[in-house]
Amino acid sequence: MITLNHICKTYGKEKKIAVNDISLSVNKGEIFGLIGPDGAGKSSIFRILTTLLLADSGTATVDGHDVVTDYKHIRKSVGYMPGKFSLYPDLSVEENLKFFATLFNTSIRENYHLIKDIYMLLEPFKNRRAGKLSGGMKQKLALCCALIHKPTVLFLDEPTTGIDPVSRKEFWEMLKRLKKQEITILVSTPYMDEASLCDRIALIKNGKILSINTPDHIIKDYPDNLYKIKSDVIYTLLKDINLHSNTQSCFTFGEFLHVSFLSDTESMQQELLNYLSKKGHLNIVMEKTVPGIEDCFIHLLKKPA
Amino acid sequence: MRTIRFLLQKEFTQIFRNKPIMGMMMIVPIVQLLILPLAANYEVKNINLAVVDHDHSTYSQKLVSNITASGYFRLISFGNSYSKAYQLIESDQADLILEIPPDFERNLIRDNKQKVLIAVNAINGTKANLGGAYLNTIIRNYNEDIRMQFVQNEKKSPIPLIEIKPVNWFNPLMNYNLFMVPGILAILVTMIGSYLTALNIVKEKEVGTIEQINVTPIKKHHFILGKLIPFWVLGLLVFSLGLSISFIVYGIIPLGSLLLLYEFVALYLLSVLGLGLLISTYCETQQQAMFIAFFFVMIFILMGGLFTSVESMPPWAKIVAKLNPVTYMIEVMRMIVLKGSGFNDILPHLVKVLLFALFFNSWAVWNYKKTS
Repeated sequence: MITLNHICKTYGKEKKIAVNDISLSVNKGEIFGLIGPDGAGKSSIFRILTTLLLADSGTATVDGHDVVTDYKHIRKSVGYMPGKFSLYPDLSVEENLKFFATLFNTSIRENYHLIKDIYMLLEPFKNRRAGKLSGGMKQKLALCCALIHKPTVLFLDEPTTGIDPVSRKEFWEMLKRLKKQEITILVSTPYMDEASLCDRIALIKNGKILSINTPDHIIKDYPDNLYKIKSDVIYTLLKDINLHSNTQSCFTFGEFLHVSFLSDTESMQQELLNYLSKKGHLNIVMEKTVPGIEDCFIHLLKKPA
Repeated sequence: MRTIRFLLQKEFTQIFRNKPIMGMMMIVPIVQLLILPLAANYEVKNINLAVVDHDHSTYSQKLVSNITASGYFRLISFGNSYSKAYQLIESDQADLILEIPPDFERNLIRDNKQKVLIAVNAINGTKANLGGAYLNTIIRNYNEDIRMQFVQNEKKSPIPLIEIKPVNWFNPLMNYNLFMVPGILAILVTMIGSYLTALNIVKEKEVGTIEQINVTPIKKHHFILGKLIPFWVLGLLVFSLGLSISFIVYGIIPLGSLLLLYEFVALYLLSVLGLGLLISTYCETQQQAMFIAFFFVMIFILMGGLFTSVESMPPWAKIVAKLNPVTYMIEVMRMIVLKGSGFNDILPHLVKVLLFALFFNSWAVWNYKKTS
């Protein structure tokens, strides 16, 4: 449905690399996540695929159409929701939706079934100016506008950034429902917890792909055992564990520290616990834990390329 | 066609919701037409005159009263010391000194000639020029009066005399408003066309809506037309408003055909809309657009012959004025409104404005790219 072949993009005179030789393909009806920190090159990939930006080299297709030579077809058949809210703030909810429907030569009524679930939440505010909506409402409206022409592919660039957790959850539920309508969705997010909601994900850093797989596989590929440790004073605990010679990696994760060891044996674990007690830590808890996407991402980042 | 209709509908909805802009569009023509013609007046009155009379004769007395009776001058000092009068000029209380030499009357009658001195404070160029010229005219007239008297007294056949009687065509009463108002109307149309168009398109860039528009199948020319037509209509509306004000307040009725006037304005608007469009394609923020548009419109207005006539500009400035669409607009406005010029008279202007419209618009369309 979407393919990228060795896409490169640099910006400006200094040739700052935004996208570095990225190849990937997204299957029909899949929710594909681009996961990476700010500045990883996610938005550039979106802009190349939505024909707003020309790549320096490489080829890309969307729904079988080349993004350079066949851009007209792509513009007819994709929905794009940019990272920044970009609907008309001085037009009402209904007017915005109607406007974008007409631009695609369709009407709200024709494709109402697609947006019904989302639009029902917006309906009480349909006469309100889009600029006066709350963040979550704005995103819902933007999604409606991107969906109103029944696109085959949906591009969502950080749709949940700056949105409260409840709205984020709702938003992902909507995406799941859209998937059932056989709409291919390419979504980017800086939130690792959203990654597990995708069918497949690509972890991106500095314009390069670190790994592409299903979230389960990425977690399964995590090579070491992971332990969570906590004590009364988490800050000094972090410092002390990092100083220990057997520590491979250690970082904070909620109220716990996630730690992996160089040599993972019972005796070495016991040795660490003794070492920490000696340092004066009280109420030490250490348990084995299942790694999350975030652990995998940090692991991949540390791995020498 | 359907797309354009919806684009226009959206555009007008947005414009009508923008209360400050709507208000300004109504207020600008009213204020400009009510205040500018009254304030920007070249006629110089109340020139401060210091007279230094060394003669104190009937003749010198009569000369001074002739001058003060003209209404242009205000006698602020009358004495017999040039240096005192000069001090008045230095302290900016006097603009002109008229010095009447001793034995003015005696020499005038006996030798048939006499000289007076006029010293002008030339810091304010216009005032100095006009003041000097007025004073010269009054003295010349005075001179002729005396000669006539002499001739009659000697009962000889009258000497030949050429009397100059100026007739002011197209503006017989030299009504300044008649000259200014059409020019100001031209400026109004220019401002609406260029500023509002440039800002409107750049706003879409700033808000990010242009991104959203660019991924739709909408065509380039549809989008541009959707932007130009509303301001073309608004420009004509504001022009009509201005024309009504100039009729109601100043009683100005265009001598020429109203239809021709509108035809020209409609075409002219296309060229300024093109300028606005062009500016918008080079700007990313409304601030940039505002500043660049202001720069060009400012130069166009100053070099367009509204305040200073193009004919009296130095050669290089004449070339600039020829490359300036506002020049043609102001000229045609005055031609049709004051002179009643017809189609053939303004044809060269029409052609030039058409060329400007083509030039600006094709450059803008060429530079307006959908992909960055």
